[in-house]
Amino acid sequence: MSISLITFYLFSAILLLSSLMVISTKNPVHSVLFLILAFLNAAGIFVILHAEFLAMILIIVYVGAVAVLFLFVVMMLDFKTSLEKDNILQYMPIGLLIGLVFIAELVIVLINTRLDLSDIQILSNPLDNFSDQSNTEAIGSILYTNYVLYFQLSGVILLVAMVGSIVLTLRDREGVKRQIVSEQVDRKGKIELVDVKSGEGVDI
Amino acid sequence: MNVLQSNFFELITIIFYCILIFVPLLVGVVLALYADRKIWAAVQKRRGPNVVGPFGLFQVPADGLKFIFKEIILPDSADKTVFLIAPIITLALSIAAWAVIPVQAGVVLANINVGILYIFAISSLGVYGILMAGWASNSKYPFFGALRSAAQMVSYEVSIGFVIVTVLMCVGSLNLSEIVLAQKNIWFFIPLFPMFIVFFISALAETNRPPFDLPEAESELVAGYQTEYSGMPFVLFLFGEYINILLMCAMTTILFLGGWLPPIDVYPLNAIPGFVWFILKVTLVFYMFAMVKAFVPRYRYDQLMRLGWKVFLPLSLLAVVLTSSILFFFKLAPGMS
Repeated sequence: MSISLITFYLFSAILLLSSLMVISTKNPVHSVLFLILAFLNAAGIFVILHAEFLAMILIIVYVGAVAVLFLFVVMMLDFKTSLEKDNILQYMPIGLLIGLVFIAELVIVLINTRLDLSDIQILSNPLDNFSDQSNTEAIGSILYTNYVLYFQLSGVILLVAMVGSIVLTLRDREGVKRQIVSEQVDRKGKIELVDVKSGEGVDI
Repeated sequence: MNVLQSNFFELITIIFYCILIFVPLLVGVVLALYADRKIWAAVQKRRGPNVVGPFGLFQVPADGLKFIFKEIILPDSADKTVFLIAPIITLALSIAAWAVIPVQAGVVLANINVGILYIFAISSLGVYGILMAGWASNSKYPFFGALRSAAQMVSYEVSIGFVIVTVLMCVGSLNLSEIVLAQKNIWFFIPLFPMFIVFFISALAETNRPPFDLPEAESELVAGYQTEYSGMPFVLFLFGEYINILLMCAMTTILFLGGWLPPIDVYPLNAIPGFVWFILKVTLVFYMFAMVKAFVPRYRYDQLMRLGWKVFLPLSLLAVVLTSSILFFFKLAPGMS
């Protein structure tokens, strides 16, 4: 038993337990919090594998951005009313079905691949010529040279998704006063200085 | 058990290093709280804390002692576990980020390859303490405060990320020590001055400092997400917040002000040990933080969002494109010459 093995068991135990809690807790906010715990432990396992760049990106993207917005939405839900109505048995068949499909796929993959030691060597260190670089550099030099097209394509897909969601939610309501900062700062022609004689008043 | 025995010495050293980080950090927080109040008072021609101890220096420890002995009130309708975990998370995360901060050449607990990403990841986790606190309090004002805070921190993280990218392109490494060493010839705040300003303002927003302290705007939200907290959990929030502020000051120092490097590399200046320069620069940045708190009025929420998304985001994106183009065109990028 080495330290890394102990930490691996620790991380994976917490990972499995917290993912179990995600689907078994009644409170949706607790579910999201356990999901975040699961993400963090997955990042820990990446660190043990010396994939520190992936670990950090996992935390920044999934925990720092996606899960925050997720939590944001879940917190706004009025779940107290829906708690009693929920029936675990109602969702059981479809959940079991999906689980079975996954297990079947795993079994098929495992039967058809015969892992020997050299395969594991290749799988754990697929890029021989990058062994002297840090994995940030290695990912960068592969992603932006050999796979730049796929990278750009995924960027375009994300852009389309972003534009689509903006188009779907954008609406112009009438009667809404908007603040236009440049107009507000530029006060030329908007202010008139008038000499008012006392006791008279002025027409505007 | 064998593993523990063979690694016992290593474990003890790491714990010792952690204490070596934690104790100066606590002293730093106490001094920062004191300085914050004194500077604020001086701007308003008040005296600030001046009763407890010489120059009022013991005011903050006295306050801390008072909070420790106060009763911890758990609201009846609160989600008690989450309610108590939230301040612990805030404090733990803010301290955890300091593990990778180099205070001098080679003086750093964990000199990891992806140091800057680690800090970015940890500071993006900081929002959870606030969100959990606001939600678990199960009360209106804390919830509003938490929602505001989450939206604010997520928005400004984006521009902070792009500012960090511009700096990284000039360095060619994610390691914090190498970022400092890359500024040997010129500190980055001179060539990247606009990004320095953007980073400074975003850091204010990221740490919920005035003028962006809307999550705890007392005129609208009582005390925001901290409303229901008292005693020790409140102190944990306060300390976590100030350690985060010091972290942002340290980040500004490392990214733009040359970390532990002296201003000019000549004899009397470079004889002073690096950590003195580091602390001096962090103090300077914190002084700017405190001055901003003293004389800038609070932003309105829509203006805050406008500044983040419509001004800083395009500006920092433009800076990324410009910096990379200039570095590429003049062959200045690291490893290109």
